[in-house]
Amino acid sequence: MEAMNPTTPSGCLCEDVDPILDRYGRDQGLLVSILQDIQEKYRYLPKEALERVSAALDVPMAQVYAVATFFKAFSLKPRGRHVVQVCMGTACHVRGAPLIRDKLERDLGVKNGETAADLSVTLESVNCVGACALGPVVVLDDEVQGHVTLTKVDALVKKVRS
Amino acid sequence: MTGTSGWVADGRTGPTGTPLIRSPRDLEEARKRFLASYQAVQKYISVCGGTGCRGGGCLAVAQAIRDVVREEGLEQTLPVRLTGCHGFCERGPIVVIYPQKIFYQQVKPIHARKIVTRSAVAGEVLEDLLYKAPDTKEAIPHEEDIPFYRKQMRLVFGRNGAIDPENIEDYIALGGYSALVKALFSMQPDEIIEEVKRSGLRGRGGGGFPTGRKWASMKKAPSPDGRRFVICNADEGDPGAFMDRSLIEGNPHSVIEGMIIGAYAMGATAGYVYIRREYPLALQTLTTALRQAREYGFLGQDILGSGFSFDIGINRGGGAFVCGESTALMASMEGKVGEPRPKYVHTVEKGLWDRPTCLNNVETWANVPLIIARGADWYAGIGTDKSKGTKIFSLVGKVNNTGLIEVPMGITLREVIFEIGGGIQKGRRFKAVQTGGPSGGVIPESLLDLPVDFDRLTEVGSMMGSGGMIVMDDRTCMVDVARYFLQFLTEESCGKCVPCREGVRRVKEIVERICRGEGRMSDLRLIEEMAPEIADGSLCGLGQSAPNPVITSIRYFREEWEAHVRDRKCPAGVCKDLITYSIDPVKCTGCMACVKPCPQQCITGERKKPHVLDASRCIKCGACYEVCKYDAVLRQ
Ligand SMILES: Cc1cc2nc3c(=O)[nH]c(=O)nc-3n(C[C@H](O)[C@H](O)[C@H](O)COP(=O)(O)O)c2cc1C
Ligand code: FES
Repeated sequence: MEAMNPTTPSGCLCEDVDPILDRYGRDQGLLVSILQDIQEKYRYLPKEALERVSAALDVPMAQVYAVATFFKAFSLKPRGRHVVQVCMGTACHVRGAPLIRDKLERDLGVKNGETAADLSVTLESVNCVGACALGPVVVLDDEVQGHVTLTKVDALVKKVRS
Repeated sequence: MTGTSGWVADGRTGPTGTPLIRSPRDLEEARKRFLASYQAVQKYISVCGGTGCRGGGCLAVAQAIRDVVREEGLEQTLPVRLTGCHGFCERGPIVVIYPQKIFYQQVKPIHARKIVTRSAVAGEVLEDLLYKAPDTKEAIPHEEDIPFYRKQMRLVFGRNGAIDPENIEDYIALGGYSALVKALFSMQPDEIIEEVKRSGLRGRGGGGFPTGRKWASMKKAPSPDGRRFVICNADEGDPGAFMDRSLIEGNPHSVIEGMIIGAYAMGATAGYVYIRREYPLALQTLTTALRQAREYGFLGQDILGSGFSFDIGINRGGGAFVCGESTALMASMEGKVGEPRPKYVHTVEKGLWDRPTCLNNVETWANVPLIIARGADWYAGIGTDKSKGTKIFSLVGKVNNTGLIEVPMGITLREVIFEIGGGIQKGRRFKAVQTGGPSGGVIPESLLDLPVDFDRLTEVGSMMGSGGMIVMDDRTCMVDVARYFLQFLTEESCGKCVPCREGVRRVKEIVERICRGEGRMSDLRLIEEMAPEIADGSLCGLGQSAPNPVITSIRYFREEWEAHVRDRKCPAGVCKDLITYSIDPVKCTGCMACVKPCPQQCITGERKKPHVLDASRCIKCGACYEVCKYDAVLRQ
């Protein structure tokens, strides 16, 4: 995956946001899809972008915010250049996912659900990525790693650090 | 990407012009051509491209095989097909040599050359890549002889290994879209609904509602402006289940064909697939499939000259479990927060945008073409009295053969887990199987002979759910599993109904306390008292079924709960606060393997002498337990 420039964008972001709004015909009903595309672009939802969406769709900021905070797909804070997702689905859980998560927290130095201060990495848990037969599963930058062991976590952490 | 038969290249039509197939006769002609070109290729290599195999590196394997094929100058005679999931994910990456159907497992790129030259070309069977029966160690060359497949009945899933999901012509060649022709040209809409009713098909998304009945209600419901919708629920929120994604990734047109037939029967004007965001590959496959279906004339205006017009769009989910629920799903499709609403007005009357809407699960839709093509009587002959047909399960957890299986309804849990699944990993003891996800429950050993069917699973306090089957052994703590589901449900409750939001949280806090060794015997009774209140006071299925995991766990594993409360012990060795790590001096061979991985450096010892673990500094990370080959690390 393309590494995002971690610097925080500024301004009204109209240049980026407006084409996305137009792609969906500025349809209020497509708010979730619009936010998804914005999230894909910045890997989070900058406040300025939400304000632009609110104004352009004539949807109250409160509703935009409600949707942006309801769904797991959205993050209101910038995410790291690398994203490590630990699957916490049932199949992975019974095969030891909690111990894998704990070790990732220790070795990456970030708590689950948080991003390192230097924006190098985000650690988050997900409820099943649909590769349950391979549990425990970790997704490193969109790449599914199956049968993860505590020993294999060392290699994953090295990859993130390199 | 367009087809391989040269149909498009003929210049008859282009992707943006009129559709390629404009009548049933066109389709039959096209099918002959596609079948001829499909069959012209007798010999080919099929590489499983399912998500499981991708996680195991199948793309590199496919690339390596293609490279060898090219180097050997075999491109024209030996195609390589990247197909959908074959199901046996545990053994991936999987490669099958056609037409002999030699089944190779755990293939790596270094095997590419011998697979091409020795196996596919020279016909040799490569013993070392075959599946070996765990008991007899006998090598089994053919897929159908492997125990994992032998008891299965792969009706919906069957063509996954034979078609390229990105090529509609494969699907057509093997009879695809003929059920649609039958429905459009020789059946009245009401006849189709009647046929689905008679088949006994029940929704595969969890609830098991009779599909034909839902269709009939939708058909009757009036719409103020004539707009009516069908939706495919591909949210697949049940953690531990992945059959819907594999169907879309492996055979998307079977879902699309089912939706078009349903839309015609119910008079729908538009369709949507609501798909989970965690599934990028499914999204891509579906997008391609919808585009091809449009190009070939199965979607759009005047489908196959029948006068019926219909198209399907995609809606990406926002990642919330509750959005799998019908009213929350539709709210989220309208750009709102995904909160369920009361259902005194059914969604078949007022659903998406307050118009009549029929929501069915991916697997439900994929069953429809089978029923129309082969008839309700045939379908109703499979399964039990009230559960017809087959069901796809994701058999996962502590079982030997994990993967996706399709079995006739009525098969017993024992057959599934011990014959298809090959028993418990590392010869350990079976403890429970969890079905129905966060709405279901755990089923103990004493009920292993239970036939798998909607009603029987509900009777024992669990449910069919969407098809997750998570197998647990004696190292799985049933209190921890209950805590896990309560945690999941607390996070996923939308917060609208107080009994669900606060009640589930309270139960979770109690169970967490028990896991810490601070439980009281009165806690169990308190949980059992709260459960019906939570269920009765919640609007949607999430809250109504939220107590199931914890209640079944207490019902069937009370001793284990009591051990946590009374003895402050976790017999399975999972709950961190109740266990200590130590080293068994008799079993320890002094191999030093555990010394280095310990982040606390609290294991000491010399080579060939039993090691010692200083429990006072141990953080219970499990590193030593994982690396010990002699079961000498104790977790008690
Ligand atoms: C909390 C909750 C989550 C659900 N998640 C799903 C899901 O992920 N996929 C699904 O098909 N049905 C799900 N359902 C069931 C749907 O509400 C609905 O019954 C189903 O999609 C109808 O299709 P069917 O009759 O073909 O099963 C869920 C229900 C609830 C209450
Ligand atoms: S439970 Fe982890 S991938 Fe499904």
